[in-house]
Amino acid sequence: MNKYLLYPGCSMDSSAKAYMESLNSIVEPLNLHLEEIEDWNCCGATEYLGINLIPAYSLIARNLALAAKQTSDTRTVVAPCSACYLNLAKADYYMQERPTLGAKVNEALAAGGLEYKAGTLDVRHLIDVLVYDVGLDAIRKAVTHPLSGLKVVPYMGCMLPRPDYQHRWSDHEHPTELDDLLRALGADVIDYPLTTSCCGGHMTQIGPETAFELIHRLVSDADERGAQMMVTVCPMCQMNIDAYQNEMNHFFGTDFHMPILFFTQLMGLAFGKEPGEVGIGVELVSSRNALAHIGVEVPVTQEPAVPRKKDEGLSMPRRWTKHEGKKEAVK
Amino acid sequence: MTERVGVYVCHCGSNIAGTVDVVGVANWAAEKLGRQGVIIAREYKFMCSSLGQELIEKDIKELGLTRVVVAACSPHLHEKTFRTAAKNAGLNPYLVELASIREQVSWVHSDKAVATAKAKAVVSGAVARVIENRPLEEIKVPINPNTLVVGGGIAGIQSALEIANAGFHVYLVEREPSIGGHMAQFDKTFPTLDCSACILTPRMVEAGTHPNITLLTWSEVTNVAGYVGNFHVTIKKKARFINEELCTGCGICQEKCPKKVIDDVYEAGLGYRKAVYTPFAQAVPNFPVMDKENCTYFIKGTCKACEKFCPTGAIDFNQQDEMLHIDVGNIVLATGYDLFDARRVSNYGYGRLPNVFTSLEFERLSNAAGPTSGNIVLRDGKTTPKSVGIIHCVGSRDKNFNNYCSVICCMQGLKFAHLVHERTGATVYNFYIDMRTAYKAYDEFYQRVLEEGTLFVRGKVAEVTDAARNEREKGRLIIQCEDTLAGKQRRIPVDMVILSSGLQPRADAKEVGKLFGISCSMDGWFTEKHPKLDPVATMTEGIYIVGCAQGPKDIPSSVAQGAAASARVLDKILQKEVALEPIKASVNQALCSGCRICNGLCPFNAITFIEDDKVTSINPALCQGCGTCVAACPAGAISGTGFSNEQIIAQIDGLMMKQLVIDN
Repeated sequence: MNKYLLYPGCSMDSSAKAYMESLNSIVEPLNLHLEEIEDWNCCGATEYLGINLIPAYSLIARNLALAAKQTSDTRTVVAPCSACYLNLAKADYYMQERPTLGAKVNEALAAGGLEYKAGTLDVRHLIDVLVYDVGLDAIRKAVTHPLSGLKVVPYMGCMLPRPDYQHRWSDHEHPTELDDLLRALGADVIDYPLTTSCCGGHMTQIGPETAFELIHRLVSDADERGAQMMVTVCPMCQMNIDAYQNEMNHFFGTDFHMPILFFTQLMGLAFGKEPGEVGIGVELVSSRNALAHIGVEVPVTQEPAVPRKKDEGLSMPRRWTKHEGKKEAVK
Repeated sequence: MTERVGVYVCHCGSNIAGTVDVVGVANWAAEKLGRQGVIIAREYKFMCSSLGQELIEKDIKELGLTRVVVAACSPHLHEKTFRTAAKNAGLNPYLVELASIREQVSWVHSDKAVATAKAKAVVSGAVARVIENRPLEEIKVPINPNTLVVGGGIAGIQSALEIANAGFHVYLVEREPSIGGHMAQFDKTFPTLDCSACILTPRMVEAGTHPNITLLTWSEVTNVAGYVGNFHVTIKKKARFINEELCTGCGICQEKCPKKVIDDVYEAGLGYRKAVYTPFAQAVPNFPVMDKENCTYFIKGTCKACEKFCPTGAIDFNQQDEMLHIDVGNIVLATGYDLFDARRVSNYGYGRLPNVFTSLEFERLSNAAGPTSGNIVLRDGKTTPKSVGIIHCVGSRDKNFNNYCSVICCMQGLKFAHLVHERTGATVYNFYIDMRTAYKAYDEFYQRVLEEGTLFVRGKVAEVTDAARNEREKGRLIIQCEDTLAGKQRRIPVDMVILSSGLQPRADAKEVGKLFGISCSMDGWFTEKHPKLDPVATMTEGIYIVGCAQGPKDIPSSVAQGAAASARVLDKILQKEVALEPIKASVNQALCSGCRICNGLCPFNAITFIEDDKVTSINPALCQGCGTCVAACPAGAISGTGFSNEQIIAQIDGLMMKQLVIDN
């Protein structure tokens, strides 16, 4: 039996609900036992560490302290979100490496009656646990509906393999864990050189043009290689590529339709779950057509979005952005 | 009898005097250590100079010194110098002790007061110890005039030929079926662009036919015992399944063999060989080797095509591995290098992207005798590239992989650029961090390649990818790199990428080092005795290292080292006998309980157990004086001459200034 402490992270409740639902659907076939950390809080995402170190580390370390307190017969914390995983691993590593930082963070934790001794927990990502603890053999055995014929590109994202504090990944530039796992599900895995390229992260909020460029690179290359969908391990990657694809298309005048799903959703399907049970159907770029290739019918759960009005007149000037606005002002 | 001790403190210019109050130490020794027997203490600018040595010799004669302590550098450097001086003055050389106040004091401290205090303690320890020293006599043993050279690359061949030409016998052992090494794989050599085979094969033939050279290819050294002048070496001669007496090297067996195998060694994985093969046409010796793992007969029990067609009946499927025992006086290690595995730099795509090649692959690609007859083509075997990117420093000068510079890659990259330009007319880009073209006529070659129009981009390549961003990049390899001279990021699409992979120590260098009793540096290269003044000798007498086994180097340096080691070997042989340090362990059999703890510890197999008496005995000829058994003996029955318990205890007491504390 594989028992772990689960740190879900905020997105699993909201934007990545599908990830949580699909994770719940594979727990039983793989005999996983996930015990949620009680009273966990936000990890600070990608921004907070850039603003104020001690409070940011304390915010993260509070979760580690709670997890350590809760430890029953496991010392492994599993985070399904890449940003959460990176933050937790980073705090654990630097509190040990920089004793002054560790002491200050513990001083902050003491205000809440908590304490964390760095190094007492193993912080791991969900896919790490699935590939190396559960094992590809066990996953292969659980597959009842192989995904053969589904052409996928594995997209690991940039936060998972780097910096690799505890040497957990097969490679930092081209890790193959996701490839191997998808192959074990029977999918046709396409070699994807951009597997660890950035999706834009929070740049969609603060500099959309940069993010559109990055999303465009990812989506167009996946399309070029004949992928029917992208598969990811990270809620932020999923959201950026799913929710901003339309805007990106508008920005570049392209017409990509590249669905992106979580790897756990495909695992659920391969284990014989219904699309509805694994959160399929709520994505904005629908995976309906892609999944039809392998005979999976996705019921229409939502009204299809009202299609954008086709331009009939002359083309519009390019959208105004803050960045360009500034340039104008200088002139 | 009370001993008369002289203490000599060296300034070593400012090396010691900069941090230690040398005059103070000498005065203190004269004043405070008198009761211990110090009758004179002097300081001098350079004790190792002839004037300094004369000072000591004069005092020995005039003051009747019976013990000498020199407080100077490490014994590694000048112990021999001062022992010789003592000997010249009629004192047994083993009654001299060095107190290392340079390596262990002045070089590692900055506070003068602390350093001076520590220097006093070290001197006090040496004085206490030297009093317990006993005169020892050197042991002289005859030297076996035969030499073993391990590794048949250019460095090993050169070394073997020099010794053989001087009239002494050499055993040249090579792991592969033929001698020649990496140099045999190249097409051209920089900077003169000589044909590599044309300059190498005459040497190979000479080594193969020399009356003084016994060539043992397809063989490996499995055991080494003994010491300088008298090594006993065991060599495993792997079964070739070819009778060398009968084989004429006609090559019919290779022609008829139905089994094709990818040649990972000589062809760097680009070409094929048969299951019975000589790696290349000019192989020395010209007898083929049968590859048991791939031979159809050994796998399925049927075929024997080679046997049917062999005109002289030389095929022998029953041949067994043979163990040869030889005695030699000196050993030269020329075991070479392995190419860095470019797969490890995953962002350069080697192994994933078909048209990314390693340097060794390109050597075969450009070689007229290679798999494409010298046509430079892409992995599809037919398309000529229109643009080629050559990436330097792959795995070298990179703290993720190897920190060191692999020396040859810059010149190799220039050579490749020239060959590509000459044969295909393609546009060539060289991506470099720093251009290192030291040595004779190297920079001129760089100028020549510049004039030919090769483009140089200074900056470390971030990645090689096939993820195109626009039409221009579609279907090509894109090199993403920061051009540090232009100060911007560039994406350069090319058809072919060549990775100038670094050199690294042989995968088994550590085990080989252990086998021969020599050490490896942090990076894994064999460690020389002195990095500047003794680059081919090792800390183990009688073992020499040459070529890339010692560190990355080009062909001229490898040849120079091969010859240099031979000069050292010949010097040893011509002395006819060698003096061994009399530092040996011996067993006081009255105290030995026969527990046998020491038996398995001796790295030189010098310890035997006498069953009849149930005690242990040490063979002084084999003992190297390492002291392992001395420390391990629970009964204190083993003692090492020159490092006796009395000496060590006295030295510790001296260091702690025990006598001075009692005095006060």
